[in-house]
Amino acid sequence: MTGHTLTRLALRSATVGYVLCLIVLPLAGIGWQSFADGWGRFIDDILQPQAQAALVLTLQAALITTCVNAVFGTLSAWVLVRFDFPGRAFLNALVDLPFAIPTLVAGIMIAAVYGATSPLGAWLQRGGIEVLYNVPGIVLAMLFVTMPFTIRALQPVLMELEQDQEEAAYTLGATPWQAFWRVTVPSILPGLLTGVFLTFVRALGEFGSVVIVAGNIPLKTQVAAVYVYGEIESYNPQGATSVSVVVLLFCFLALMLLERLIRPPGERLPAFLIGKPVPS
Amino acid sequence: MIRRLLIFIVWIYFSVLLIGPMAYLCVQAFGEGLSVFWREVTRPEALHGFWLTAEITLIVLFVNLVFGTITALVLIRQRFWGQTFLSGLIDLPFSVSPVITGFMLILLFGPGTILGTWFGAMDIKILYALPAMVLVTVFVTFPFVVRELTPILMAIGTESEEAARTLGANEWQIFLRVTLPAIRWGMVYGATLTIARAIGEFGAVLVVSGNILQLTQTATLHIYQSYVDFNYVGAYAVAAILLAVSFVILMILELVKARSSTVGETSLRMVNS
Repeated sequence: MTGHTLTRLALRSATVGYVLCLIVLPLAGIGWQSFADGWGRFIDDILQPQAQAALVLTLQAALITTCVNAVFGTLSAWVLVRFDFPGRAFLNALVDLPFAIPTLVAGIMIAAVYGATSPLGAWLQRGGIEVLYNVPGIVLAMLFVTMPFTIRALQPVLMELEQDQEEAAYTLGATPWQAFWRVTVPSILPGLLTGVFLTFVRALGEFGSVVIVAGNIPLKTQVAAVYVYGEIESYNPQGATSVSVVVLLFCFLALMLLERLIRPPGERLPAFLIGKPVPS
Repeated sequence: MIRRLLIFIVWIYFSVLLIGPMAYLCVQAFGEGLSVFWREVTRPEALHGFWLTAEITLIVLFVNLVFGTITALVLIRQRFWGQTFLSGLIDLPFSVSPVITGFMLILLFGPGTILGTWFGAMDIKILYALPAMVLVTVFVTFPFVVRELTPILMAIGTESEEAARTLGANEWQIFLRVTLPAIRWGMVYGATLTIARAIGEFGAVLVVSGNILQLTQTATLHIYQSYVDFNYVGAYAVAAILLAVSFVILMILELVKARSSTVGETSLRMVNS
């Protein structure tokens, strides 16, 4: 064996060992733990009123977030790519900020603005709208941290999408609405789906920002991640495990579905499995 | 008309979510004067938090650069059984909730587990100490460097490396003289993303650190503690500092993007697409 082959083998073993220890071992551990006492225990844990309410609330808030993000994300990407207006460069630079800002800081910011102590929060409260310690606050926090996903997934697609394709549609007598649905939507669909699914997965697991704005009221504003944290703090690892596994399963299923949906026809394996970079 | 309306809606969307909250946080942080701001960010607890965050970030950065680069090289330059599976695992940390990340570590190293008893017997503290905090941060930031480097390594191909090998260079020389210069901006980009995430990590660190005052309290944990203790000005002040850090990080990322295209590394554009 030459030195070259030896080096390659050593690097390969190091990589496989590292990834197995860092990623597979913890996931296998939590999976094993959750079913250690059998299926019955697992089902009992997630059917507990508190756990069930937390899971349902998380799914609801994540779905609302995903819809709002899809609509406004598409609109923002469209406006940022197609229109030239004062402040466009500024807004475009701001898009990446939620990725750089710590989620806890995001939560603190939202709580500060929309809390009852701020002028805006007080005004909303007089109008009967409770943002903080309520579902709108949770959705706002999830929207904040997931804001870049759809915009950044769509911008390159929209830039590449030839404007003359749309213009051709107009020439052939299409209304702007028809041109949008028949020409634009089909070409941006893979990008949109990527943004939407990443948003959903991220919203499901969000903790740092939500823990501040949701206020941890059991059965009412407690999302799954906050519930898991509470169970860990009160030394109930079993309950934490079962809810964690449900959240993990939802995330992995969503990602697998995304891979199926955006896989180019004829390709046997999902793009990310053959080493192509996943659009992010 | 419609155009004006759409632009207006986008401005509103950005203001409600981003601009408004950021501006209000800064106003609140300095609301009671510069001296109060300064007092809050120079509290011993806050300073300890900054220091601990810096320490963890540096260790994590080192680990990720070394193992991230090796992983990317192995994934792109080698073919072996189980490779597709391994490649699919790289992105998983992005989709695991931070709290669950921390919890998985507790399940692995907690008292009564095999690893926990083993390290306990050797008197090495993993949980509620620096090792666990570093481990969870390495977990959540692992994909950054790998995912920045894999497209670049694919784009540059192996011709230059083969040429160097033919000219008698050994593996280490090839890496230092040929591969490293080609991937360096990707490494800088991945490293910057790692730093941003490591500074901001909260959920995972909260779970495994035990949040012990002046011992395992990072900057974000200190903000949380201040907020929970109703010291809002303290929380806002330290949060404003982290906000400023995120701005700097964002500017570095923009600079790297501009820089890399000027030196003709088209591959980086693929990375950021």
